[in-house]
Amino acid sequence: MVELSLVLSAILFSIGIAGVVVRRNAIILFMCIELMLNAANLAFVAFSRMVGIEGQVFVFFVMTVAAAEAAVGLAIVISIFRHTETVDMKNFNLLRW
Amino acid sequence: MSHLIPQFDPAELLWWVFASLAVGGGIGMITRKNPIASLLFLVLSFFSLAAIYVLLQAHFIAAIQIIVYAGAIMVLFLFVIMLLNLGHDYQSDLRGGLWIIWGFTLAGIIGFVLTRIFAVGDAAVTGRGGIVIDQSVRELNAVGAIADPLFREFLIPFELTSILLLVAIIGAVLLAKRRV
Repeated sequence: MVELSLVLSAILFSIGIAGVVVRRNAIILFMCIELMLNAANLAFVAFSRMVGIEGQVFVFFVMTVAAAEAAVGLAIVISIFRHTETVDMKNFNLLRW
Repeated sequence: MSHLIPQFDPAELLWWVFASLAVGGGIGMITRKNPIASLLFLVLSFFSLAAIYVLLQAHFIAAIQIIVYAGAIMVLFLFVIMLLNLGHDYQSDLRGGLWIIWGFTLAGIIGFVLTRIFAVGDAAVTGRGGIVIDQSVRELNAVGAIADPLFREFLIPFELTSILLLVAIIGAVLLAKRRV
């Protein structure tokens, strides 16, 4: 079950990558990033069955980073929405080369 | 006669059920046009992951997963979707053909490489950490087993986490404010 969970985390991570590349809605992009962070959490928990409790402690830090990232990212989406009236990524070209 | 019946482990069966729900939720999330439907599929995926954490004997992480992820963070996403009034916006936001091919090729390559890296299961290594964790949970309970290393070995990272959250709060308020 531990090795299978690692394979499941790889599958969830690649679903997140496919979502980030394929979708253009900024909020769905953030959801895909959350899914990738969750895949990393699942890998940490599965590895904690091999090496010890430290893996579960790291899940805490990953969750904190995820919460901070969601708060700041959604604030950026709101402030861009005020200017462009859309959350489509093709209009987010302020910092594009 | 009994050796003809394959060994049946209920935990294994539950694992497969929740793993397919998690993958199905992920696929549903990246294919739905409606952002709210997408979000609800993601919540389904998170709940299934919490069940898988229980099956991996990480009970406290499972509770935190439901409270923090499926509760707090997803409600924050839902607030933003409803605040920006995106719930009835059903036009497709999928990228064009080349992007889709490129995206799924990239995802396939990375998934394959990660699976190959993770699949080197060493039977001697597997289970040793599990024994240590189970003993620690018996002595200190589910919360204490995590709190003990968190407040001893990882005390400084834990305190730095509070600075990270403070920066995130200030950043979020400053960015979402109308006039600075």
